Amino acid sequence: MATVHIPTPMRVATDGAATVQIEGATAREIVDRLTEQFPDLGGRLVEDGQLRPGLAIFVDGANVGRRLRTRLQPDSELFFVEALGGG
Amino acid sequence: MAIDTRVAPKIKHHDEEYKVIGTRPIRHDGLEKVTGEARYGSDINLPGQLHGKVLRSPHAHARIVSIDASRAEALDGVSAVITSADLPDPGDKLTTGGEAPGLPVKFKSANMLARGKVHYHGHAVAAVAAANPHIAAEALKLIDVEYEVLDPVLEVWDAMKPDAPVIIEDLYTAKADGTTGEEPSNVAAEMLYEVGDVDAGFAEADLVVDREFTFGVVHQGYIETHNATANWLKDGHLHVWCSSQGAFTIRQELADLLNHPITKIHVVPMEIGGGFGGKTTAYLEPLAALLSQQTGHPVKMAMDRADVLKATGPTPGGYVRVKMGVTNDGMITAGYANLAFDAGGYPGSVVGAGCRCVFAPYNMPSAKVEGFDVVVNKPKTHAYRAPGATHAEFASETVVDEICRTLDIDPVEFRLKNSAKEGDWQLAQPPYPRIGHIECMEAARDSAQWQTPLETAPGKKRGRGIASGFWFNIGFTSSVIAKLNSDGSVTLLEGSTDIGGTRTSVAMQFAETLGIPVEDVDPIVADTDSVGQTDVTGGSRVTFATGLAAHNAANDMKDQIAEGLADLWDVAADAITHADGTFSANGKSASVREAAELLEEEGVFPIGKNTVTPTREGGAFAVHIADVEVDEETGKVEILRYTAVQDAGVAIYPPYVEGQMQGGVVQGVGWALNEEYVYDDDGHLLNASLLDYRMPTALDVPNIETIIVEVPNPGHPYGVRGVGEVPIVPPPAAVANAIHDATGLRMSHLPMSPPRVQAALAAQA
Repeated sequence: MATVHIPTPMRVATDGAATVQIEGATAREIVDRLTEQFPDLGGRLVEDGQLRPGLAIFVDGANVGRRLRTRLQPDSELFFVEALGGG
Repeated sequence: MAIDTRVAPKIKHHDEEYKVIGTRPIRHDGLEKVTGEARYGSDINLPGQLHGKVLRSPHAHARIVSIDASRAEALDGVSAVITSADLPDPGDKLTTGGEAPGLPVKFKSANMLARGKVHYHGHAVAAVAAANPHIAAEALKLIDVEYEVLDPVLEVWDAMKPDAPVIIEDLYTAKADGTTGEEPSNVAAEMLYEVGDVDAGFAEADLVVDREFTFGVVHQGYIETHNATANWLKDGHLHVWCSSQGAFTIRQELADLLNHPITKIHVVPMEIGGGFGGKTTAYLEPLAALLSQQTGHPVKMAMDRADVLKATGPTPGGYVRVKMGVTNDGMITAGYANLAFDAGGYPGSVVGAGCRCVFAPYNMPSAKVEGFDVVVNKPKTHAYRAPGATHAEFASETVVDEICRTLDIDPVEFRLKNSAKEGDWQLAQPPYPRIGHIECMEAARDSAQWQTPLETAPGKKRGRGIASGFWFNIGFTSSVIAKLNSDGSVTLLEGSTDIGGTRTSVAMQFAETLGIPVEDVDPIVADTDSVGQTDVTGGSRVTFATGLAAHNAANDMKDQIAEGLADLWDVAADAITHADGTFSANGKSASVREAAELLEEEGVFPIGKNTVTPTREGGAFAVHIADVEVDEETGKVEILRYTAVQDAGVAIYPPYVEGQMQGGVVQGVGWALNEEYVYDDDGHLLNASLLDYRMPTALDVPNIETIIVEVPNPGHPYGVRGVGEVPIVPPPAAVANAIHDATGLRMSHLPMSPPRVQAALAAQA
């Protein structure tokens, strides 16, 4: 089971849960199942079938951006993070 | 651990030895730069070229009742006048590239040329193309604009009040919980980050320090002003030459703003005279393009310094509150921060990054951080070196110093006890990978400056301060194409604009991997038609990400050379080994140069290429020490001595790393002591020149001692971490803490300019 860390503001959609355990072979499967389980997360995470612009996913410490096809390990950890720029 | 003191101290926490990396070759662009041969945007002149100028708002907040350009259009020599009516309606489209994806294009478009309202003094209202700059300037005076002047709101604390004038009538707060505000507001967005139980953390604390800080607006201060030349051909092809941190980003913005196919837009990055984050977005390029389209001529535009200060993207002013709890033995139990940054005239400040940096140097059981992106009647703010981090960490590092003073704990020991390290949490993202804050702090502790008592002088108020800084660093996408020439040299095309000397640091990584001298590599910054997608030069990412692309391209070239030699030597390609720049198999060997000659005879010309979006940037830490003297009479603060320590991962080209460290300190000292936009009550910028906007000169800073720490980034084959941004983070806090050591004053506003210090001293007396 992958462990998904829910950003603080989105926890209103997960009944306050900071982490959620979900099965999934790819980041997309995780997002799909997460939004099935917590429908209020949908609009916060996804737009037109893609990760919402301005968000990035970290999988096992790697910033994979918006690449939802990223394959996961059985015990992967996922973070949804606001994308950053720089100077 | 080995200390290399031949040039400047470098402390290695690894055993790797390289042939090219870490050396100090002559930079590839050095001759052109020092002889004036290098070509900048203003050097572009095309046949039939017209000159463009921009009419800017004299008001900070006003409704545009009407624009009548007929008198300007009638002026002899004027070819076109454009307003926002000439820009395509962006509808609900969102930005798709650059540093801030997902923002409405309509805001960017309205910032380019005001739509209906002006949001700040200097906001572009119209643009003119004429036969020469003088006629264009005259024409601006003939454009009649009727304004209905509105009350401006200039500071975040005023803009957040319920009765504040609303600048954007259809802006509703994107609240942290995902809902949207019900009334129009100047607060564009709220953010919330939380780890652990903050209430319990503060309940455990023996000491809680809770302070507020405010900030003026600060400009990046690049010396070369913005410029752009556009040539819109009749077949729809648009060629643009400009001073930008990212040609591909400018191409994307042109496509978004002008609704023009990206394949028809060709952007040529010229040499760049500084950017520091302020040139990661378009200002003149779309205007020059539109004027060129309308006139059928190339159009050249350039800002003067007043334009740059009034109407480009400085770093925000704003407010930060930091509260930290500690036990009597100096362990942090909790932190709370509240940050409100001014976005300027349109949403999108760097407050999110500031929120995530505010407690970054420390491992604390709990933290809560709230952020607010606030629209005010000032220019749309933008990135500036480690955007948001300097504000945030000025506040937290000042509070840390106060905690250390109150508990009588050595500030180095406190930071070492509480330091973030590998595996500790980061706010809102995965735990830290291998990082070097502890190693930087130890190097600072052992530095000559920290080990030398501050020299006292009778009647002088002198003090020493120390502060840490963190910046994430960014990955994004980079591309490299490397062509092996028949003499064994390599032409290296890369897409990253070279601001900090990255041609050489990228070429060095290529040379190291292929095993050739870096002098055999000719690095060229390529245009958008000549190399693959490459994002902005920003986020301290080029030596890291474009360097990785160069390393991968060198490996690609190695494979192609081996395949070519395999045919010649009648062996399998995978039987050919490569070491120290020599290919070998079955008793035969060839250097890269010999291989190139052999392959040329076979008609084989390897081209190594790579496009990469790295995923493990590796954050950067810095620790700075400042010694200051405060003039009690004038309030002027003089920097007596300064040491900057920084984890560079592995310093590819140490002089550039030292240069970035020193440059960051100089800009940070300017931010700390002098730089600030000054507005009158009506929102007019009063100091739109470098005479009145006081940046440091060589006379204002001492020699800045540098100590490079090398804790390799596990996310890069050579351990590279970005180095360009984090050195601007610690200076304001280090200087503020030194001022406190000297005077007992806690300064809570940047800049700590002479009048403010003088007033604080007077109040103290």
